[in-house]
Amino acid sequence: MSNKTNTKSKVPTLKSVNELVIKFANVNGTGSASANNMFAKAIFRMGIPVTPKNIFPSNIQGLPTWYEVRISEKGYQGRREGIDMMVAVNPQSMDKDVKSVRAGGYFVYDSTRPIDIRYIREDIHYIGIPLTDICRQEYTDARQRQLFKNVIYIGALAALLGIEFNVLSDLVGDQFKGKQKLIAPNIHALELGYQYANNHFDCPLAIRVERRDLVKDRILTTGNNATGLAAVYAGATVAAWYPITPSTSVVEAFEKYASRLRIDAGTGLKNYAIVQAEDELSAIGMVIGAAWNGARSFTATSGPGISLMSEFLGLAYFAEVPAVLINVQRAGPSTGMPTRTQQPDVLSCAYASHGDTKHVLLFPSNPKECFDLTAEAFDATDRLQTPVIVMPDLDLGMNDHLCEPFTWDDSCRYDRGKVLNAAQLDELSARGKRFGRYNDVDGDGICYRTYPGTHPTKGAFFTRGTSRDPYAVYSEDGDVYVENVNRLNRKFITAKQILPAPEQVPAKNTNKKSEVGVIYYGTSDASTREALDILAAEGVFIDGLRIKAFPFHSLVEQFIHNHQQIFVIDQNRDGQMRTLLVNELDAQPSKLIKLLSYDGMPITAQNIRQQIENHLFTEKTKKKTANTKRGK
Amino acid sequence: MTFIRPDFRHPQSPKNDIGYTSKDYEGALSTLCAGCGHDSISAALIQACFEMSIEPHKVAKISGIGCSSKTPTYFLGNSHGFNSVHGRMPSVTTGANLANRELKYVGVSGDGDSASIGLGQFAHVVRRNLNMLYIVENNGCYGLTKGQMSATTDVDSVNKSGMLNEHQPIDLVNLALELGATFVARSFSGDKGQLVPLMKAAMSHRGFAFIDVVSPCVTFNNNVGSTKSYDYIREHNEATSALDFVPMKDEITTSYEQGASQEVTLHDGSVIHLTKAISGFDPCDRRAAIDAIKDHNERGEILTGLLYVDTDPTDLHDMSGTSCKPLNSLNEDVLCPGNATLQSINESFR
Repeated sequence: MSNKTNTKSKVPTLKSVNELVIKFANVNGTGSASANNMFAKAIFRMGIPVTPKNIFPSNIQGLPTWYEVRISEKGYQGRREGIDMMVAVNPQSMDKDVKSVRAGGYFVYDSTRPIDIRYIREDIHYIGIPLTDICRQEYTDARQRQLFKNVIYIGALAALLGIEFNVLSDLVGDQFKGKQKLIAPNIHALELGYQYANNHFDCPLAIRVERRDLVKDRILTTGNNATGLAAVYAGATVAAWYPITPSTSVVEAFEKYASRLRIDAGTGLKNYAIVQAEDELSAIGMVIGAAWNGARSFTATSGPGISLMSEFLGLAYFAEVPAVLINVQRAGPSTGMPTRTQQPDVLSCAYASHGDTKHVLLFPSNPKECFDLTAEAFDATDRLQTPVIVMPDLDLGMNDHLCEPFTWDDSCRYDRGKVLNAAQLDELSARGKRFGRYNDVDGDGICYRTYPGTHPTKGAFFTRGTSRDPYAVYSEDGDVYVENVNRLNRKFITAKQILPAPEQVPAKNTNKKSEVGVIYYGTSDASTREALDILAAEGVFIDGLRIKAFPFHSLVEQFIHNHQQIFVIDQNRDGQMRTLLVNELDAQPSKLIKLLSYDGMPITAQNIRQQIENHLFTEKTKKKTANTKRGK
Repeated sequence: MTFIRPDFRHPQSPKNDIGYTSKDYEGALSTLCAGCGHDSISAALIQACFEMSIEPHKVAKISGIGCSSKTPTYFLGNSHGFNSVHGRMPSVTTGANLANRELKYVGVSGDGDSASIGLGQFAHVVRRNLNMLYIVENNGCYGLTKGQMSATTDVDSVNKSGMLNEHQPIDLVNLALELGATFVARSFSGDKGQLVPLMKAAMSHRGFAFIDVVSPCVTFNNNVGSTKSYDYIREHNEATSALDFVPMKDEITTSYEQGASQEVTLHDGSVIHLTKAISGFDPCDRRAAIDAIKDHNERGEILTGLLYVDTDPTDLHDMSGTSCKPLNSLNEDVLCPGNATLQSINESFR
């Protein structure tokens, strides 16, 4: 190849250091995920904030899959629209992939065969690397040819984008620790790509990365990893589950850490039990049985599992048995888009089951919060004696996110709630008091319980889903029933006080009170903050409030009261959080404006900003028009 | 529950080895129909626990939904009980057992609860060999919803309203044997002499112990033509053997006739003495048990007694290598790896 660069003079060229989006288009099951992950990790190790997202099909092998990496030294971690560089390794999706590149961006492709004329655009740059040819010359084994193709393009990107080569080679060393034989060939493959790009193009390009020190002590991990690890730290000893994407890796992480950290040194036996149940009904049944018997227990599932667990959730609510559920949400209804993200289970979880039920929900926004809120869920479920559902989504659960490192306060004790032991039962009767399992002696709606086997003659009670009196005796008396379900409501008032308060993000115009607010939760956090920054730069100041828990904290009510107009951001079709706010807080529906995104992709700042601007602008225009008419 | 049973008991009521009287094993007064077979089963359980000197609070009793599942209120009043949801007793018991392996678990279910809505959970708890006594109070009908036929109703059995069942029944005993249950028995609520030792042996068995107890529904399925009526069972019952259970701690004094008897020593050292009624029947032979049950079924007879026992079973805790200490007794010191370890885990995310 004679010309060192194929950049044509008339083609616009994007220029950017450390602010770019690179997307990889691969074929599912070809080993691309680990190579792409290495790319993201290299950016992270160069001290630059990075957000990778794996966009994968419900398929094991053969369908198109993408990996999108946003690099942002400003620290924005939401998904950004517009691709600066597409690494197109999948002919199946090439048509769509070419179109998605921004004008002035780059299209990296396998140039072993000439590119189809249909994929030629005049406004982007083409970087051809003969991946298949290089592999054919280097490797004889078919599987190696496929696997190393991924590593070769990562090597080429290192040259094109200015990634430090030794960062990549260190990563290879880490990845194949214990499999020494694999290190040298992988580094060799990186070099093949690196050298090819250096020899044929002006490296680095106008879009590139440069080392910074912006990551500090932060970590890069998935929400599910954090959740599984938190369950180990929070003292979960029983996990029962049924495999379902995108929650499976929660229990896998629990098992991984428990098998290292929870083995009895003397006997080699496990201080935990994991059961892969026959279905979700059984999984939640085991969790409830274990929690009833005094063990911290949990399950991880997704929307369809929540549907199946609903009957048991009603029992646990009414019988007041703790249970922690991790619902890694995915797009529904039914099996929906099993590998695409959404927040579609807010209502089905808040009100899961029959009769008057409601459940405590926690909404983490990043892996650090998955860790903290999962740990908190175990305390809250024991204190409140009711199920607690942690509500991440696929994007948070399965993708790597940059977050603060995990910490644990070694002085903290597990809060097991109101549980009486044998001595306390004896003391109670010595004072002439009778133990009543459902007797609200403290007025907070939460009663004392006992674990089976505590005392030979005191404290035993019969747990049932049917109505009973304060002493756990069966009763169909209407007054007894009403008192009981009213007490359960009192428990929810207590819950508001002990659950995490929302995060307040006041608008940046400190001198003026903002009349517009935005309420959001979960993974909408990163993009909402970015959108609020963009709007503020344009002079539109909006207060933010991020909900972390249901039942809603009093600050949520105040926030709605203090603003004229509130956008409620939901990653679902029907604005489920908005419905919950209207329903639970008697909020005026016209004040709460739906701001939705539900195409299965994580919401973007551009989308949020656009919807807010459209609404504010149209509202103003409407008013103006109305005024003008009135003036006439 | 609207009236109270007299609290009075004879002051000299006999005490068991640990000083409890039979009354200490009783529960609330039954609200089932007078003459219900289920009450006899509760009485047998009370007797079995008393005779075995089990501390009542060391038993957890768990059930699903239905007439059978109401019964745990009627025995062992000093034990914790859990009346869960329909067909899901096995999962709740599994979780409870994982949390504390030191209690004895008695699961009570019915034919609707186990053979229909809960068939899946029944099958899987057998596969896991959970250490529990699983009793099905089998009356061949849905009593609590007024007598609909169930999945254990025999072909050609006629219910109270004259309807004839044409669907094949599910035999839970055969199913349990096929699925690898390690203790399988069938009995009849009216045969306390057989039922009590079976329950005692089942509670000594370290693994899944299943007893299918034919328990006539006096209100909806005790009519002529029903194959689960008192009269029918009495006429068609054939026992594999007479049996006696000797707990591990007792000296074995019972003597049986040579040739007609067999001793089975359980994992904990307890012994079951069997006086054979059917010659050649070996309760340690799973295949032979399945054949014998099928042969009797074909003849319209119900084979009862101890049908199969594995004397050295591997239960769920053994299989999963769980700690010998109850998991619910472990605290932060054992469970929480601490912040220093967490900081090194953070390193793996950098």
